[in-house]
Amino acid sequence: MPFIPHTDEDVRAMLGAIGAPSIEALFDEIPQSLRVQGLQGIPEGLSEMQIGRLMSERARQDGRPLSFLGAGAYEHHIPAAVWAITTRGEFYSAYTPYQAEASQGTLQLIHEFQTMITSLTGMEVSNASLYDGGSAVAEAGLMAVRAHRKSKSLRVIIPSTVNPNYRRVAISTAGNQGLRFETVPYLRESGCIDMTALGAFAGEDIAALVIQQPNFFGQLEDVDALTDWAHAEGMLVIAAVNPTSLALLKPPGEWGTKGADICVGEGQPLGVPLSSGGPYFGFMTTRMEYVRSMPGRIVGRTVDLEGRNGYTLTLQAREQHIRRGKATSNICTNQGLLMTAATIYMSLIGPAGLARVAESCMTRTQQLVAAMLRQKGVRQAFAGPRFHESVLLLDRPAVAVLRALEDQGILGGVDLAADYPELGSAILVCATETKTDDDIERYANALGSAMQAVRAA
Amino acid sequence: MNQILEKSIFEYSRPGRAADAQHPPQNEAAAAAVETIPAALRRRGKPLLPEVSELDVVRHFTRLSQLNFSIDTNFYPLGSCTMKYNPKACNQYAMLPEFLARHPLAPDTQGQGFLSCMFELQEMLKEVTGMKAVSLNPMAGAHGEFAGVAMIRAYHRARGDLARNEIIVPEAAHGTNPATATMCGCIVREIPVDAQGDVDIEALKKAVGPNTAGIMLTNPSTLGVFERKIEEVARIVHGAGGLLYYDGANLNAILGKVRPGDMGFDVIHMNLHKTFSTPHGGGGPGAGAVGVSARLEPFLPVPIVGRDGDHYRWLAESERPQSIGRLSAFMGNAGVLLRAYIYMRMLGREGMSRVGEFATLNANYLMARLQAAGFDLAYPERRASHEFIITMKRQAKELNVTAMDVAKRLLDYGFHAPTTYFPLLVPECLLIEPTETESRETLDAFIEAMVAILGEAQTDAAKLKGAPYTMPVRRLDDVRAAKQLELTWKPVNSAA
Repeated sequence: MPFIPHTDEDVRAMLGAIGAPSIEALFDEIPQSLRVQGLQGIPEGLSEMQIGRLMSERARQDGRPLSFLGAGAYEHHIPAAVWAITTRGEFYSAYTPYQAEASQGTLQLIHEFQTMITSLTGMEVSNASLYDGGSAVAEAGLMAVRAHRKSKSLRVIIPSTVNPNYRRVAISTAGNQGLRFETVPYLRESGCIDMTALGAFAGEDIAALVIQQPNFFGQLEDVDALTDWAHAEGMLVIAAVNPTSLALLKPPGEWGTKGADICVGEGQPLGVPLSSGGPYFGFMTTRMEYVRSMPGRIVGRTVDLEGRNGYTLTLQAREQHIRRGKATSNICTNQGLLMTAATIYMSLIGPAGLARVAESCMTRTQQLVAAMLRQKGVRQAFAGPRFHESVLLLDRPAVAVLRALEDQGILGGVDLAADYPELGSAILVCATETKTDDDIERYANALGSAMQAVRAA
Repeated sequence: MNQILEKSIFEYSRPGRAADAQHPPQNEAAAAAVETIPAALRRRGKPLLPEVSELDVVRHFTRLSQLNFSIDTNFYPLGSCTMKYNPKACNQYAMLPEFLARHPLAPDTQGQGFLSCMFELQEMLKEVTGMKAVSLNPMAGAHGEFAGVAMIRAYHRARGDLARNEIIVPEAAHGTNPATATMCGCIVREIPVDAQGDVDIEALKKAVGPNTAGIMLTNPSTLGVFERKIEEVARIVHGAGGLLYYDGANLNAILGKVRPGDMGFDVIHMNLHKTFSTPHGGGGPGAGAVGVSARLEPFLPVPIVGRDGDHYRWLAESERPQSIGRLSAFMGNAGVLLRAYIYMRMLGREGMSRVGEFATLNANYLMARLQAAGFDLAYPERRASHEFIITMKRQAKELNVTAMDVAKRLLDYGFHAPTTYFPLLVPECLLIEPTETESRETLDAFIEAMVAILGEAQTDAAKLKGAPYTMPVRRLDDVRAAKQLELTWKPVNSAA
């Protein structure tokens, strides 16, 4: 019996101790009318050898195309040590560290994570993770409404330069509590928030402004001006950031005169594989003054009976298992193992390494864009500084060009038609430190022939 | 257990040290690239990340791991958490390089292997729960609860039934239930359970009405017993126009024996990290797939995997106009779902039915033996489901020994503590769930430890008060942790 250790003798002896005639008798409190006879729709069990073969075949089917996709999930080198340690049973198969004395490893690791991520984002406190970047934006909106001391407004501005899926998750998640998300267009020249359009909200009662940096298009927003404007209007500022970029970009805690109030983001770039979209982890940091409004678990340092250093979950009165219907969020299980991987990644890569990764991403993306622009019919959508993504306009239908690239084993970019139809035929491309001169050359050549093939069609 | 504490990673740090092999090669163009960032947008100071060697990192985090209890090292009878063995094959085959490298926005044509696993997982989950349709999107149990209650709300709204905003929750429910109802903009009404642990039917009848959106139930309940009046509960709630939500936290108890769909539930979430053995990871990730009856199917969260002939694809959002929407940036915890898929395929039809049987056998065995050894059961005349409750109320009064003391002392005997002080309804409770993957010898050793602790309680209660003694730390000062918040590491010289 897979994973069940009982011998026939065990079963007999155990039933004897219980005083039951059979295992079946243990279910005698369930009404007979409800009992199910077998699970006919489930296939027969497989041995480990058989499942290994099946999964290997399915993996092979998916292959390893050369990818220039980003849009919220990024291909980075992951040091071998990251997952070798993360999948140790003592991390992998432990529960949430409620029994602190038996969970000091996980607790200290979370404390180290909190230290690294608050420093990276320039904030004061962090939680132990949320589900992903999208849910972190949603939770930040709810938190801003809760934490705002002067406004009771349920309105949050989330500009169109924020990842469209983050906007969708925010609406699906926070809309049920009455939050209303207002949008602001971007400028066609820069791909950045239209400050004039934003200015139309001046004087209105709004809880918060979300600023994504770099924004969904990869462009760099004028975060100082945006932050100061929002603060002057009495709004809180929610920063949504890429952690890799923070090796080079000003941390949200230093935006404008006073800094952002809440910072969130997708933690995936820090040592988490792409894996079709998850598991990833969302991070959230804030200032000390808002710590009691923060959702999720938080670890604090303390001492034990003998005065020794130790770690424990703290401020639990915010959480559902204590506060029930009045908790800051219903979150319980988070994305602990991915936060573990990220902590090991940040330790291995260090401050210099993270800067090197970020520089390499920028360099490769600039190289990629230059190579693409050499092809006929390709234009840059936006001027101005960017990090490691860029929008390119094609004079052929993006769908057809991307399909032609796929046939050559290349994932050439994300088609923006569904979310930004006004751009026409537009793709979002990304290159990270994983791309080589040869990769970029191969892509540029393939793009050239794909454009021609589509032209000919 | 290892008594030596591990210092902070930051204390290993030395300026200029680095794990160089992990850095991308220096690029001559880098300086020019960075120059394109306007000065005002640039970072000035370095972030506080450790400057250490690769070996420093490997030793530090390996040592930290050794300070933990885990399923791989210890029996972990944590009630309501289903800490069963996480098969190594599930991890290994979910981490095949092609699966790890696949970008979430890669086209369907380059994900047929992955998508076929997801489609088959949806189908298998429908079969074991008796529900009409499944979405794999939610990333944890509470996230699945959110999806479920949001669907109930969307269903009533779509019918123009706008008054229905009350969610009924039994008082023994997980804290996530009322917290979820609040997150969905609903009002929570708690109802009592009777002396036998079943829902108080009279109280339920009084609670339902034109404002009832639905009821959230766990069955078997958090009291470790099967809700025997479930059919009557379903009749009453449905009769009042409400829907039934099934919290799948305890699905392990009834896997292959009875299905939530057959009990009359309209929507359920499944904790794949419990019943389907994906790891808990020290706090996550989980996966909280949701299943629904036909009337809620249009409201399922996106994305959902569909099949056209031999081709698997994501259903477009336009095909799901009434969906409650998107709950994750991409598709939820794909890697966790792959592990659950592998587990279900390895167990197969028969293996899956055995899960409920042996989880129940182990729980009833442990319950019978502990009762015989002098422990008081919260519901002595009931069968255990896959878990059961011991109450230390008598010992607390007579010997001044609490459930917490027993829990902490168990750590010294090498066993993780059961769940303590939940459900709140039972005073001084220990909620014990052995799971099906534990052997009789392990259960016997746990019983011996419990008997020994009961002996200590009678002869040397003070000893229990001071437990644990063999862990890396003794009992921690939680009050100080909350009052003097130290939420990040500070260098010693700046802490003063």
